[in-house]
Parts: sequence; structure tokens; C-alpha cells
Amino acid sequence: MLFLADFSVIRPEPGLLIWTTIIFLLFWFLMSRFAFKPIGAALKQREQDIQDALDLAQKARQEVSNLQAENEKLLAQAREERSAILKEAKEAKDEIIAEAKERANAEYKRKVESAMQDIENQKMAALVDLKNKAGQMAIEIAEKVLQRELGNKADQEQFAQSLVNQIKLN
Amino acid sequence: MSEKRCFPYFFLKNKFAGFFKRKSHRTFAADLKIAFLNAVMISLRKYCIALIFSGLSVYAFAQHGSDHQEPHTEATQHPTEQAPAEGAHEAEHGVSGGDMHAECPCGAHEESEVFNAGDNAVHHIADANAIHVIGDIYVHLPVMLYAPGHGWTITTTAAFKPEHHGNGAIAKDGYVLVHGSIMRIQDPSFPAGEVALQCDPSHEVVTTTDGKEKTVYKVGANNTCYHLDPKSTVDGGMMGGGITSFYDFSITRNVFTMLLTAILLFWLFLKVARSAAGNQGKAPRGLQNFIEPLYTFIRDEVAKPNIGRNYERYMPYLLSAFFFILGLNLIGQIPFFPGSANVTGNISVTIVLALITFFISTFSANRHFWEHTLWMPGVPALLKILVLTPVEILGLFLKPFTLLLRLFANITAGHIVILSFVSLIFIFGDAGKSVGGSITGILASVPLTLFMMALELLVAFLQAFIFTMLSAVYIGTAIEDPHPHGDHH
Repeated sequence: MLFLADFSVIRPEPGLLIWTTIIFLLFWFLMSRFAFKPIGAALKQREQDIQDALDLAQKARQEVSNLQAENEKLLAQAREERSAILKEAKEAKDEIIAEAKERANAEYKRKVESAMQDIENQKMAALVDLKNKAGQMAIEIAEKVLQRELGNKADQEQFAQSLVNQIKLN
Repeated sequence: MSEKRCFPYFFLKNKFAGFFKRKSHRTFAADLKIAFLNAVMISLRKYCIALIFSGLSVYAFAQHGSDHQEPHTEATQHPTEQAPAEGAHEAEHGVSGGDMHAECPCGAHEESEVFNAGDNAVHHIADANAIHVIGDIYVHLPVMLYAPGHGWTITTTAAFKPEHHGNGAIAKDGYVLVHGSIMRIQDPSFPAGEVALQCDPSHEVVTTTDGKEKTVYKVGANNTCYHLDPKSTVDGGMMGGGITSFYDFSITRNVFTMLLTAILLFWLFLKVARSAAGNQGKAPRGLQNFIEPLYTFIRDEVAKPNIGRNYERYMPYLLSAFFFILGLNLIGQIPFFPGSANVTGNISVTIVLALITFFISTFSANRHFWEHTLWMPGVPALLKILVLTPVEILGLFLKPFTLLLRLFANITAGHIVILSFVSLIFIFGDAGKSVGGSITGILASVPLTLFMMALELLVAFLQAFIFTMLSAVYIGTAIEDPHPHGDHH
């Protein structure tokens, strides 16, 4: 038991108690005032900063994805519009072609009709003319016949024939 | 429940079981806590085993020492044989100081050359007034002594002219330096001023009238043998101390180390604080990267889960306690000046720290805590009066007591084991007489000491953490919010 009797660390000593109290209280005060407060504040600030940065990144990502969605929508819309326009154009084209065809047909018909009319007119005019001419000729022939005395019958017929041959229908 | 098994103390209390159950939803922190506490229990158990073994070996060596001592002391009883023995002793130490050792009124010098590992270890973990560096080199510290009826004596340890083994060569105002610690000559008629001592102070173990063993210190001066008083301690005689004729308020080795550690830590933290403030908005660098994780560890794993939403008020104390204990534990690991002081392994220091935790938790305790401590709702009155309330009140004081004892015992045990391993060199070497034995001792001692030192490094962190953790738990239970629960309402 020699060493237990001298085992002084287990005996509370007033001097050491007092000094420990003083030193620890001072340490506590100084550390909390000059060290822990600024370190804690800096840590909190940094945590806040990191959180903010993360939030910002999240927001930016959200925005980008929003933008992307919008772009997509716009693109889809544009595509739709384009196809609509194309369709419209095609329709218009068809319409125009159809209209043109119709119009051409009408024109053609009109032209043909007018040509027919012209031909009819010409024919009528020609007929009138022919009638007139034939009348005139008949008159002339008659005149000539009248002017010549008709000797015999054969001469007469010959003459008539020559007259008929002289008539050139156009 | 696994918490119950590793925490037999809390097993007594349903309240604590509920407390742990309730907190278990914080999975990571709770798991970590349980894992750490388990590790601590295991290390404590291993410590006990190591302590028992080292204690056994120390005891065996002490026996061995006293076997050798007996013929020596017997020899001193025969005046005819005394002379050659003394001569040999002087030759060994190479002392040629005039009247020193010429003749000692207290009889032969009892401090034999036989190495006593137990004495050695106990001497090295003890507090001292002067810091022994190497050989006869000391770092002298201020001495402030107060003897009732005699007044203050303020000087430095240099005034005692310490020579080998930390023993002073002179007495000053009735005080002597014995093994680095100051003692007072009991005889009030001893002259003031400087008086040369005739021989080194000696001690012997006597059995007092009530059957207790007590160490009595003696010194010879003026051809008289004087009894010495060690400094007053406040253990009430339970630990072999008690109030004596004087009080020692000196800056001792432990106080010096505490101051040094506090200043070092303060300087370190100021640097970190400055770089943290100046580095705002930039990545942390240098020391910041070392300190800040520890800070956040204490905040996120100790304070927040155990204290709850008011944790910020208690952060400065928890951090101060953690870093103070850690710093002292680590500086105590350095085996030479300015380290080597066994500060957190001194009960006076741990008493103060545990008392502060006790005061904080007691004074911040809310109505809910006192209600549950003194008059637990939902329990029959008879049971409350006979069992629960006394146990709870006992628990109030047991908590800080275990806190102070755990830190003290762990650090002291570690130091004793290391010192015992180092002592192997001297034991095998027969206190320097056998070179071959010393070499064998070194071969055995170095790996063992290395292993222990590595373990102690872990223990330094672990004990600082445990102290902080349990402080946070005690504060947390004291300020816990009333919560709706069905288990005891």
C-alpha cells in the first residue's frame, strides 16, 4: 500500500481547484467571445451561402428546363403552323388551279361559241352573197340569153352549158 | 433494447429509456452515439484489465523491491555497518556537498537505490511545484503558500535549491521541497529564513492507531529530525490527505500546463477565427480545415441531437470543455517538457469541469425536469417517496461524479500503464546495474509503450468527446421540453 498512500492525484487540492476554475472560466469566456462566436458566425454564413448557391443552381436549372419546355412548345407550335400554312397553300393552289381550269374552260367554251357564231355569220353572209351572186348571174345569163337569139336548141344548150361552165363557184 | 444494455445506469430509469427511445428517430446521430458509448464501455473494460495487470506487476515489483530493502534497513540499525552503506550510497550519486548526507538525524537515508515501479509511476503522475526537465535542470515556478497563523510565503521553487530527485537543499521559512512538492516542517519553532538541510527528506509508511497506513515525511536540519506536513487537501482524510498546517496556492506544474494549453488553444483559435472572418465567401484553408470539422462535429453530433433547439446557448461551454480537455490530454502525452503533466488525470481538474457541467445543467433545468426528478407523475406516491425520488436525487449528484471519475480514471490509468512499461527498463536493468537487463527491458518496453501511446492518443480524443457528449446529454435532459407521451402519464 506504499504507493496508494502517496497517490496524490486522487486528492482534491484547494490550490489546483481554484486555479483550474479561474483558468477554465477565463478560457471559456475568451474563447466564446473571440473564437467561437466569429467561427460559428462564419460557419453559419458559409452554410447559408452554400445553401443559397444550391438554391440558385436549382432555380437556374428549373428555369433552364422551363425555357426548354417553352422552346419545345414554340417549336411544336411553329411546326404546326408550318404544316397548317402548307396545307392552306396547297388548298389555295388547288383552288386556284381549279378556278383557272374552270375559267379556261369557260373561256374556251366562250371562244368556241363565238367562233361558231362567227362561222354561222360568215356562212350566212356567204349564203346571202351566194344568193345575191346567183341572182346576179341568173340575171346576167338571162340578159345574155336574151341578147343572143336563140337559134336552135342545140346551140342554146351549148351556150347555156358554156355559161354554166363559166360560173366558177368561188 | 441495446441502449439499456450498454447503459446500466440508465436502466434504473424508465424515463431515460423513454428518452433514448424518443430520440432514436434521429438515426445517424443516435447510431453514432450508441456506437461511441459501446466503444467506450469496451475500452473501459480493457482499461480495467490493463490496469489490473499493471497493478499486479507493480505490486509484484514493489514486493521485489521491499525484499531487497529489508537487509538494507536492517543494516541501518547496526551503527557499525552503517558507514560503508552510506559511503556506497554517496559514491553512487556522486554527491560531494559539504554537510549534506554527512549524518542524518532522521537515521539512514531510506530512499534506496532499489527501483520501485509503483513509487515511480505515482511520483510522475503527481502534481509538482517545480518542473523537472532533465538531470538537475528545473523550470522554476512561482510558489504561493499560506499557513494559518503564519501568513503568506511567496517565492519561487528556485529558493529551495532543488537538486537530484526534486529534493530541495534548503528549507525556507519552514518549507521544504520534497520530490518536487512543497512540504512544511511541523515544528512551529523551526527558524524562519533559509536553513540548510542535513540530508534529503525521507519517508516511511507507518500504521496509525486506527489501522490505516500513512506516509510520514521527515527531514533533518540543525541536528534534529523534523516531521513534515504535506499540503492541505480537501478529501476529508478519505484518500490519505486532509487539512494540514498550510495551503498551497502555487502555480504548479499542472497549473502551468493548463495556462500553456489555454494560451496555445486561444492563439490557435484566434488564428482560425481571423482567417474564417477574412475568408468570407471563399473556401476555408489551413487550420480552418482542421478546427471547423471539430466545431461542426460538436454542433451537429453532440449539441443539436442532445440539447435540441436551444443548443446555441450551450455551444461555447461544450466547445470550451471539449477543446480544453482535448488540449490537456494531448499535451499530457508529450513525454518531456513542456508536456508530461498529468492534468486531466488529476481529480481536482476533473472536479471543476464536472461541477461546471453540474451547475449549468442544474441551473438551466426547467419545471418539467424538476417535476420528473422530485415527483414523477404517474407513479404511486409511496413508490415515489421510498424509491424514485431518492434515486433521482442521488442521480443528480452521481451524474457529475461519474463524469469526473471517468475522465480522471482513464487518463491516470493510461499514464500509469505507460510509466509501468517504461519502468520495465529499470526493473530488468536492476536500476542501472545490469546493462544486458536494460537492453532486454528496452526490447520489451518500447513496443508496449508505443502501443499504449497510440491507444492513449485515441483515448485523448475519446474522453474529451465523452465528457462533452455526456455534458450535452445532462443539459439536454434538464431543459427538455414537456412532450406528449403515453409511457408514464
